[in-house]
Amino acid sequence: MTGSGSLDRRSSTVPASVQALGRRSLLRGALGAGALLGVPTLLSSCGGGDAKPSGSGGGASAKAGPVKFGMNEAKGSGPAYERLSAMADAYAKKAGVTVSQNAVDHNTFQESISTYLQGTPDDVFTWFAGYRMSQFATNGQIADLSDVWPIDGMSDAFKKSATAEDGKQYFVPSSYYPWAVFYRKSVFEKNGWSEPKSQDDFMALMKDMQGKKITPFAFAAKDAWAPMGTFDILNMRLNGYDFHMELTKGKKNWDSPEVRRVFETWKTMLPYQQENALGRTWQEAATSMAKGECGMYLLGTFVVDGVPKETQDDLDFFTYPALDQSIGADALDAPIDGYCVSANAQNEDAAKAFITYLGSAEAADVANNSASAPFIAANSNASTAKYGALQKKSVEVVQNAKSIAQFLDRDTNADLANTVITASLQEFLKNPDKIDSITTSIQQQAKSILG
Amino acid sequence: MATRTAGKPSTRRVEKRRSTRERLIIATMIGIPTLLVVWLVWLPAIASFLLSFTRWNGFKLSSIEWVGVQNYKDITTIYPPFWPAIQHNVIWLVFLFVFPTILGMLLAVVLDHEMWGSRFYQTAFYLPVVLSMALVGFIWQLFYSTDQGLINEVFGSKVDWYGDPSVNLWAVLVATAWRHTGYIMLIYLAGLKGIDASLREAAAVDGASEVKTFFHVIFPVMRPINLIVLVIVVIESLRAFDLVWIINKGRNGLELISALVSQNVIGEATRYGFGSALAVIMMIISSVFITIYLRIVFREERR
Repeated sequence: MTGSGSLDRRSSTVPASVQALGRRSLLRGALGAGALLGVPTLLSSCGGGDAKPSGSGGGASAKAGPVKFGMNEAKGSGPAYERLSAMADAYAKKAGVTVSQNAVDHNTFQESISTYLQGTPDDVFTWFAGYRMSQFATNGQIADLSDVWPIDGMSDAFKKSATAEDGKQYFVPSSYYPWAVFYRKSVFEKNGWSEPKSQDDFMALMKDMQGKKITPFAFAAKDAWAPMGTFDILNMRLNGYDFHMELTKGKKNWDSPEVRRVFETWKTMLPYQQENALGRTWQEAATSMAKGECGMYLLGTFVVDGVPKETQDDLDFFTYPALDQSIGADALDAPIDGYCVSANAQNEDAAKAFITYLGSAEAADVANNSASAPFIAANSNASTAKYGALQKKSVEVVQNAKSIAQFLDRDTNADLANTVITASLQEFLKNPDKIDSITTSIQQQAKSILG
Repeated sequence: MATRTAGKPSTRRVEKRRSTRERLIIATMIGIPTLLVVWLVWLPAIASFLLSFTRWNGFKLSSIEWVGVQNYKDITTIYPPFWPAIQHNVIWLVFLFVFPTILGMLLAVVLDHEMWGSRFYQTAFYLPVVLSMALVGFIWQLFYSTDQGLINEVFGSKVDWYGDPSVNLWAVLVATAWRHTGYIMLIYLAGLKGIDASLREAAAVDGASEVKTFFHVIFPVMRPINLIVLVIVVIESLRAFDLVWIINKGRNGLELISALVSQNVIGEATRYGFGSALAVIMMIISSVFITIYLRIVFREERR
C-alpha cells in the first residue's frame, strides 16, 4: 500500500547509505588520477565497440543472451529493489540466460553515473528520462534503442520521454510518480475543507488553515532538489509547460520577467509555507503533515514513505490549481524512471532483448506481484490489481494531464541544476527580497556553463 | 657513501662493486616511491592545473575546450559560494585552534593526574574519535533537528540548527569540536606520560606551583608534541569536508572549498575545468601552510 518506491531521492538520515556515500566519494577522489589517465584507452575501446553490426537484431527479434544489469537500488533496500530483482530473475528463467545483478545504493549510483558510464558499465542499467538521459545520448554513452520502439502498451508521451535531441529513442520507461498536493482526508473532513478547484478556493483554504493555527503547506529544503518541485509547479502554472521546457533547455533566460514573476509569486506564498525549511528533510515535513500540524504537502507520491503506516491510508491528493486561466492546470511533474543500454554493452543484442522485456506489461506485473509495494507501470497494458487508491488516482491524473514535465533537475543540464539552481533556490528562501540579484546571478552562471 | 674512503685504491674496487649493487637497490627503493608519487600526486596535480584553464564535461577528450583564465574569473566574480567558502575555511581553522585544541590540552593535563575514574573519562572523551565523520553528522542531526531534535525539544526553542545559515556553521563546528577534542587530548596525554618524572620532582623541590610547572617546564619540553598538534589542526581544518557534505553537500552557510570542488566534479555535475580551478586554489592555500610547516620541521632538524 505504499506508493512509488522508485523515488528519486533517499533519506539523508539513513546512516548506512550515508557512510557508503562518504566512503565512495573519498575513494573516488583518491582514484581520480588513475581514472583520468585511463580515459584515452576507454575511449578507443568504445570507438571500436560502436562499429557494431547493428540493425540485424533489435526489438522483439533481438537474440537473448547473458546480460549484466545495473540497478540503482541496494540489496534489501525495500520494494524498489524487490521489483528490479524479481524482473531480472523472471527474465533469466524465461529466456534461459544468466542476468547478473549489480545492486548499488540509489544516491551512490546516481552520483557516480558519469564515472560509471566511462568505466565498464553494466549492459542494461536503471536511469531517468529527460535531459538527464539525452545528455548521455549526445555524448555517445548510451545505445540507440529506436529499433526496440514502438513498445506495445507505451503511449506517445512515453515515447517522447525516451527520445533524445537527435530524434531517436535511447530509453525504455518503467514507471512514474506524479507530484501533487497531498493532504490527510480525516483532517480535511474534520475542518470541513474540500479540494480547491480554483485559485480563489485555494487562497481561501490556506487562509482558513492559518486561522485554525495549521500551517497550510509543509515545506522542506534541506535536500536541495526539494524546493524545485514548488518552483516547477509555479512556473508551469504561470508560464506554462512550453516555457518550462525552453527555460530548462537554455532557450529562455533565467533573469527574464517570466522567471522573476515565478519568484515574486512564490514570495507571496512563503507565509503559507512551513518556516525554517532549509534545515528540514522531506521526511520531517511529511511527518508534520501526518501529525496534522500542516495541512498540505506538495511532493511526489513517495511522500507515503515519510508518513507512519496508519496514516498512509488517510492520504489523498489533488493537482495544483490554476493560477492563470489562460494557462490552466493541465501540466505537472511526473518523473519517469526506466532503463538504458550502455554504449559499451558487451552484447548489445542481448541487452536489447532484456530491455524489451523490462518495458513489457509482463515485466511490470512480475514486479508488482513479487514486491511488497507496487510501482505505477508506464506500460498501459500492465495490471492495476495491486495498485492502492493513491496509485489508481495517480494514473488518472497523469492520463488527464496534457503535458508532463520530468522535474527541474531532470530536464536541465546537470551542471547548471546541481551547482547553480540548487544553491540559488536556497538563497531565495533565505533572502526572498533579493529576487533580482538571484535571477541575474543564475543567468550569468547559466551563460558561462551552457556557453 | 664511498666518498670518504675514495683515497685508498685497494678498497676502491670493493666499494665500486658493492656500490653497483647498492646503487641498484637504492634506485629501486627510491624509484618505486618516486613513480608512485609522480603518478598519484604530481600527474593529477599538473593535470588539474592544466584542466583548470579549460571547459570539459569529462566525456570525450576531444571536447576539452581551452578557455584561459575564464574559470578563475568566474569563480571570483559570478560564483556566489566562493568567498563565503574561503571565509568558512578560515573560521574553521581559527575555531579548531582556539577551542577544541586548548580544551583537549586541558583535559589531558587534568586526566594526567591519576585521579579516580580517569580511565573512564579518557574513554568517554576519546570515543567520538573512532566514529566516522559521517556518523558524527548523523548523531548530531538527532540533537539539531528542528522539529524532532533533542535540543529544541528540551529547551522548547525553534532554532533551525542545520538550516539557518547564521548558526549552522557554528553548530557544525561544535560537532567537529566534540570529536577533535578527544583526538588532541589523547595525543597530548601520550606526550605527558612520556615526560621524565624527575622534571616535575625538580620543579616541585624548587617550589614551583602546578601552573608554573606546566608553563615553564612541561610545555617547553612538549615542543615536538605541540608541533604535531599544530600540524594536525591545520590539516584537519583544510580537509574539513565530510561533515558538511553529509549535512547539506556544503551549501547554504556551510560552503567550504573542498565541498565546492566536490559539487562540481563528483556527482552528476561534471564541470571538470571549473572544479579543477577550485582545486588549484585550494592547493595554493594548502601549500602556504605546508611550506610553513616544512620550514619549521627543517629548522628543528638542523638544531
